[in-house]
Amino acid sequence: MNPPRSAIDRRSLLAAGALALLLRPAHALSPELQAAVRAWAGGTLPREARVLLDIAPLVENGNVVPIRISVDSPMTADSFVQEIVVFNERNPQRDVARFTLGPASGRAEVATRIRLATSQQLVALARLNDGSLWSHSVDVVVTLAACIEG
Amino acid sequence: MTRTLIHVPANTRRGEVIEIRVTLAHAMETGYRPDSEGRLLPRDIVTQFSCSFEGQPVFSAQLYPAIAANPYLAFSWRVAGSGTLSFRWEGDNGFQHTETVVVQAT
Repeated sequence: MNPPRSAIDRRSLLAAGALALLLRPAHALSPELQAAVRAWAGGTLPREARVLLDIAPLVENGNVVPIRISVDSPMTADSFVQEIVVFNERNPQRDVARFTLGPASGRAEVATRIRLATSQQLVALARLNDGSLWSHSVDVVVTLAACIEG
Repeated sequence: MTRTLIHVPANTRRGEVIEIRVTLAHAMETGYRPDSEGRLLPRDIVTQFSCSFEGQPVFSAQLYPAIAANPYLAFSWRVAGSGTLSFRWEGDNGFQHTETVVVQAT
């Protein structure tokens, strides 16, 4: 006997849902961030590797949020990180900061403190001297927003 | 009077990679906040920071309103020898400030 049609539908729907969850990229960029990344990257597509954007997943105070970005690079004269940028999704402006590094840096690592207006997605990108682009995006929840409203 | 806090590790060796941390006392007014009358406070932020050693660039940063008040930056440097590190901040309304630190490397 075949099971009733509706049961199959429900089951295949469940399976499709589970598959969609599995296949969804860990951090699909929001349209706002995609636009900012495209404008910065030109024609090159950044790959999600080598960059680590270290930020607390739950931010209590959006006025002062420590972040640290490190890039896997030997930082020699032949192979080094030229630029690190950070974009945010839902502050008034997409740009957070742009850092210029070089072999004199010795280590591709920068840290600063930023403002976050609300819960949102952040992306850090690195441009290497060979022209390749690398990225890491993170979702953060902000409980007390930076005072945009005054 | 501009106040800064610059941390450069003491007793460095040539070739060693050290972390330099700098903080500048600055309100970093975003330009998006209204005052008590509801008018937007004009933007007044630090837009540019750079560090160089004996004229050679070490690190620079472009800052935007999303940087928190009293901008803090930490970055690395492979100690190139003894000499002078200079730190320069520039911003809105003609803001500029320079500090120097003498490095003694062994």
